[in-house]
Parts: sequence; structure tokens; C-alpha cells
Amino acid sequence: MKLNRTDLIDLCRGAAFLGTGGGGDPYIGRLMVEHAMAESHEVEIIDPSEVPDDALVLPTAMMGAPTVLVEKLPRGDEAVKSLQRLERHLGKKAFATMPIEIGGINSTMPLVVGARLGLPVVDADGMGRAFPELQMETFAVYGVSGTPMAITNEYGDCTLVETHDNKMMEWIARGVTIRMGGAAYIAEYPMTGEEVKRTSVPNTLTLALKIGRCIREARESHVNPFQALLDLLPKTPYSFGKIIYRGKIIDMFRETRAGFAAGRAQIQGLDEWSGVMEIEIQNENLTARVNGKLKAIVPDLICIMDSETAEPITTETLRYGQRVTVMGVAVPPIMRSPEALAIFGPVGFGIDEPFTPIEQME
Amino acid sequence: MRIGIDVGGTNTDAVLMDGMEVKSYNKTPTTADVSSGIMTVLRAVLEEGDAEASDITAVMIGTTHFTNAVVERKRLLEVAAIRLGLPATKGLPPMTDWPPDLGETLGYHRYLVHGGHEFDGREIAPLNEAELKEAANDMRTKGLKAAAITSVFSPVNPDMEARAAEIIANEAPDAMISLSHEIGRVGFLERENATIMNACLTDLAAKVVKSFESALASLNITAPFYISQNDGTLMTAEFVEKYPVLTFASGPTNSMRGAAKLAGAKEAMVVDIGGTTSDVGMLLHGFPRESSVAVEIGGVRTNFRMPDVLAFGLGGGSIVRDDGARIGPDSVGYELTEKALVFGGDVLTTTDIVVAAGHADIGDRSKVAHLSSELIETAVTTMHRMVDEAVDKMKTSAEPLPVILVGGGSILMSRDLPSASKIIKPDYASVANAIGAAIAQVGGEVDRVFSLEGLGRDNALAQAKEEATAKAVGAGASASSVQIVDIEEVPLAYLPSSATRIRVKAVGDLEMNK
Repeated sequence: MKLNRTDLIDLCRGAAFLGTGGGGDPYIGRLMVEHAMAESHEVEIIDPSEVPDDALVLPTAMMGAPTVLVEKLPRGDEAVKSLQRLERHLGKKAFATMPIEIGGINSTMPLVVGARLGLPVVDADGMGRAFPELQMETFAVYGVSGTPMAITNEYGDCTLVETHDNKMMEWIARGVTIRMGGAAYIAEYPMTGEEVKRTSVPNTLTLALKIGRCIREARESHVNPFQALLDLLPKTPYSFGKIIYRGKIIDMFRETRAGFAAGRAQIQGLDEWSGVMEIEIQNENLTARVNGKLKAIVPDLICIMDSETAEPITTETLRYGQRVTVMGVAVPPIMRSPEALAIFGPVGFGIDEPFTPIEQME
Repeated sequence: MRIGIDVGGTNTDAVLMDGMEVKSYNKTPTTADVSSGIMTVLRAVLEEGDAEASDITAVMIGTTHFTNAVVERKRLLEVAAIRLGLPATKGLPPMTDWPPDLGETLGYHRYLVHGGHEFDGREIAPLNEAELKEAANDMRTKGLKAAAITSVFSPVNPDMEARAAEIIANEAPDAMISLSHEIGRVGFLERENATIMNACLTDLAAKVVKSFESALASLNITAPFYISQNDGTLMTAEFVEKYPVLTFASGPTNSMRGAAKLAGAKEAMVVDIGGTTSDVGMLLHGFPRESSVAVEIGGVRTNFRMPDVLAFGLGGGSIVRDDGARIGPDSVGYELTEKALVFGGDVLTTTDIVVAAGHADIGDRSKVAHLSSELIETAVTTMHRMVDEAVDKMKTSAEPLPVILVGGGSILMSRDLPSASKIIKPDYASVANAIGAAIAQVGGEVDRVFSLEGLGRDNALAQAKEEATAKAVGAGASASSVQIVDIEEVPLAYLPSSATRIRVKAVGDLEMNK
């Protein structure tokens, strides 16, 4: 399918929802795609089934601090250069690009690359949401190497990373990114079409689009956007959603832990919701508890939305007094296998608690 | 004595104050030339207050003139939008997301130059002075009189913007130059947008300041005058000529600050009930709480320090339906005196309800005698519920706070609200705007990313406080009165743990003998 401007805005809203508080505001990314579209480039999204098994797919993304990105805007072709650097290294042309992370701004970066290079963008990603680190990918879980990886800055300075495992890739790439000014643009996890089909979370670009569209259309026709979302989810691979709380933010605590924006939001229940919900944050929302009792846990989605408009709220903009509705959403089975949970389940974030699917939570 | 003036789109209000006491106040329709309306109210307040021009020590003016110019796309200059950041930032040129009609009014003159800084203060590229000279040449050729200069991370290091301004001023001596670090905070596009909007207003600013000056001079008022800005603090006439954009949200700010002063409260909710809508905001330490989300002005995204105000559809002209269960959001507005029942019209409005309930004496009460007591009770309950919900929504804690009611529509409220510890209806509530201008203080703000490594958190905070204080004094505050009113720290994700964005705001009383 070809993306139009309304689709793009919907997609970004859905990507913010799937970001579960992290991943950065897709606004800048959206503008970059619009800019490419205005120069009569097109964005074409293809289903994973349309990728030949032996074709090369090179995912692209922004790496670093969204706070830097909103100040130091990109030159625009950094990720393109990373992709081309990998093509040269591998001696093969890419058939398509795709997102590594559907949540937040990284849903848009491959759209820019695809538009600029005339490459289709595969409707799938490697996180199914947002996560803070590059090894937290279904690609990695199911055996794809993140490297060779390319990192490029606005000068076209490029680092090629080759490591013995994906965690070391994350560690080295993070250091390079800081030297590049805190935000850089990458191509990584070079994959075959077969690997894309086997290891990615499928149809997440169109899922983001559907979620964003669902919220917009509900608002336009004055129906309850939360109910509209709950009705939509069972028709997607994210088969289940429920409202786990509604209330008002009464406390926001923030700190930096090992380079990550960590924190805790407390929500005072309103209407039929009694007690206080506490949400643990490490860039993304990790756990939601009411009076100590677990209501949702990573990797299931914990989405905080404005209670009036259902607009997803990112961690950076959470503040005292906001009226919010919290939705828990089941992630697809590929993200809940024992191998997946070992990398980005509770244990991956140092949480001493087993994973319980949202469907089974009281 | 001081005079506060509010030049709105419809009315020009003035208030004469002796210390914190209101001596007299007056309202008159705003005039096209601005100055004759100001002269009319000034004469009136001086006369009613029994004061001489020579008694006046300062005049404070709040105005929506500049906001209106942008919204109406009128009286704006074409602007050279100069950006320092290449090779970064090229992906999104200046004015990318602007409404095309405004962009065309300003001419889309964009100049991208090598320069800018990283978050930690390193240079992205050295400032390319040759490119700047070329830009200045092109400006001259095109006859552009206004330039907006925005450099990447200039809130961390403003040096390149300052140097670029020197070069442009050298090459194009009559250009009016706006620098982004003086205007906005971190968030490049929003800051650049604000700087470009500022530049397009600089000609109008000079004219407006002149008309203020001539109005005061014609009444022999020789006292200095100040103009209030978004955050409720003042700037001098010279400053507003350079930075008119900083007046954009001064209206609601003045109204809330005036309400705070009238009620003698520093922590309170303010409800300003007008004819069609009401605004609710929260006072913290006597200042409006600011919005943390991007604010659009005339369709352009900015990150101004704007008061966080919730508007909802309740006013003195709101239409009452469903036997009082549904009120607004539509209103008869300025046609209240024709359409409301008490004025012989045929629309049931909130004003009719309060007259029927005996809470106000407006128009002809006999025209609402037929309304049933159930309907009146339901409508009064609905109005109070609407205000209560809006107040509760804007509060930041469950703790009940005093609620200050201002504006002409405040007659709608007659009962207690569950969200309020008490209800305050101050005198002079209809000129809260002008009072807010009259009592405004001067402030200074620092907002930038500090590297805490080596410096340490305490030293960084101390440095930020010191700079904010110095800025307040520089803006005209008496040094002994300056206080730090707001501190915010946001650690940055994915960066070495020492990088923290610190925002500090200082305010103080105006130094009167300056």
C-alpha cells in the first residue's frame, strides 16, 4: 500500500501508543516523511509475505536520545548512508528496509529511508513496541545477528560494528552514538526474507496505522475512543486489551539510572477506580501495580492515554494533574516465548517477578 | 502610583493603583490606532482617581496586539530565516510545518549555514562566516529588513548566534535581528518558529511602542512604561521592540495574576467566566502554572512559556437546554442584550437562570417568572458541576484549594464547590487583566542542558540560580527582591548520566528608581 498524509499522522499516533511511553515523540520523524513526500517521493509498505526468502532486508533506525533529536535535527540522509554502507559491506543490494522498533519515532525512520531510496518498507518490526536497547529484538531472540551494523552522523562519518553478540553491539554502538552527539542513525540486523518472516513481529506498521485511525475516527464521530480501541485489538495480533486504570497523576518521580530515564508515576483512581496505581518506568512503562498488586507487566503494553482525547502520553510529558486512562494490551505470542521473555521480559529489566499475561491478571 | 493597562481585541481597560490599592478603573473600546483608546482610559482613571500625571511612577501595559497580527496575518514583515547547524538539520528546512498562507506572507527566505553545537557544548561545525555574508548580501538584494537567527543547542551555548548577529549587522546595518536563545528553550523547531515569528513582528513592535509612548506623552506622563510578557513578568519598551513575541500569552497570565492579587492568594485556582467560555488555571506561588505541551499560535508550533489554561463552554450567554441539564457550549455571545429572555429575546441563557434564581438583577425579571423552579434548580446545579469538574481537572492534588472567580460571568456562581476550600469573588474582578499588568514583576529564566560531570549537581543548580537571578536584575528587578520561583530538573535518557536539563526561574519587584 502507498501511504498518504492522513495515514502518516494516524500511523504516528498509533506508534506513540505502541511506544508505551518511550521511543520518543514521532513528530520530527513524521515531518521528515512529509518532507520526502512533498518532494514527490512515495512510501510503499509491503507485507512480509511479499519478500522473497533470499532477498536482503536492512532495517534502519535512529539511535540515541530523543531529547537530542528534537534539538539537533538530522541532515536527512544519515540512515540512508548507513543502509548503503551495509550494502557495500555485504556486496548485495537491499530489497527493502523495515523498522526495528514500531513504538515512537523509529516507526518513521525507515519510511524516510524507503521514500528516499525508492525501497519498500516491510510491514513488521523487531520489538512490537519500544524497548531501550538494541539487543531487545525478536530478531535477536530467534537467532539473527545484529551486526554487521552501520552508524552514521550528519557528516556521513560512519562506523561499521562487528561484535561477537548483540549485547556487545548495543554497548559499542551506544558509545559511538554519544561521540556523534547523542543521536545517530543506524542500519542493523541484516536479514533474509526467510528470517524476516520467521523472526519479526508481523504487520505492526499497519497495526499502528489502524490504532491511530481508530482513535481519530472515534473522536470525529464522538464515540468512546477507548471502547473503539478495545473493539479493534481482538482483530489484530495484539489480541486482547483492557482498561486497567483511570485517574489523575498525583506524583512523578524521575531519575537517571545507568544512562536511562527511570521514574515512577502515581495515579490516584477516579470514579470506580479506587486506590493508587504505580507505574515503574525505564524509558518505557514496565509495570503497573495498584496498592502493590500487579496489573500489567512488560513485555505486555502499558499505555497511558489522555482520558479525554485518548492521545497517548510519552514519559517525558507525563506530569502532575493529568487525567489519564491506562490500557494493558497483550503482545503477540512471538514476544512471549521463554526465549523472548529471557531477553525483554521482566528479568531483562531486573524485575524480580514472573511474567503474567494481561489476560490472566485480575 | 502606577497604572495598569490591558489593550485587548475588544476593550482597553485601565486601573490606577496606589501601592496595592485600586484608586480607579475604566474601560473603553479598543481603537484602531491603539493610542487614542489608551488616552481615553488614562484620562478617565486619572480624573476619577484624582491624580496628576506627575504622580505616576510607572505604567504597565498588557496587549494582545502581536498575537492578533499573527492570527490575522497582517502587518507582518518578510523574514530571513537563518539557521546555524549544517551539516545537521538540513532534513527539515525552516518553516517546514507552517500554514502555507503564513509562510508565504513571510516569504520563505531560508538560509542554512554551517555551525551549531552538540548537547555537551562541542561544535557541530565552526561558524561559516562566508556563508553568513552571502546570506546578508542576499537579504540586502531582496530588501529584507528582519532576520531570525537560530543555532543548534544555542540554549547551551549562545556564542554563535551572537557572532552571526554581528556579521549580519555589519553587512546589513538596518536589519532587525532576532536571536533564538533569547526567546525559546531546547526544542529546535519550536524555538526557531518563535524566533521567525518574532522577527516578522519587529516593525509592528516599533510602531506599537511609539503609539504607547505618544499616548503617554500627550498626557504628560513621563514615567517609564513596561509591557507584560507570557510568564507574568515585565519587559521594558526597548526589549519589547526586540522581542514582541514574548507578549503572546500575556492576556490570560495577567488575568490570573490580577485575580491572585485581588484575592490575596498565592496558591489557588482561578476561574475567569466570560460571555461564551470560561478559563480555568492554577496559581503556584502567585504565578500561573505553565503548560508543558507544544502550543500552536496562528497554526505554528511553539514551546512558549504559556499558562496552562483549560477553556470550557460556560459563560453568561451560554444557551440552556434539556430543562437545565445541558448548558452550552454555544452562546448568544455579544447578542446577549437582544436574545436573552430578560432582555426581551427568545433564547434561554444562563443569565436568565441567575436572574430567575434571584442571584442577579439584570434586565426585566418578569420575563423569566414563568420558569419552573425545577428547571432553575437543575440549571444552577449543572453550571456549578461544570465549573467544579473543570477546577478539579486542573488541580494538581486532591487537596481543596481556594477558587477565585473573575470575569463578567462570575455572577453565575452562587454556591460552594466540592473542589474548592472556599470561593472568592473579589472586587474589581472585571479589570483583573489590567491589575495583573499593574502588579507584574520582572523575571529571568535559565533553561539548558548542564553536564554535571566535574561540576556536580549542587554547583550546577547554584550556577543556574545565579544566572537566572542575574537575568532578572538585568531586566530591571531590584536585586534584594529577587526570588527563585521554579526549579525543574530532567535527566536526559541515553546520554552519560551527567547530562541534565535544568530550568530555573527567578522573579523580583521592579526597581522603581531605575
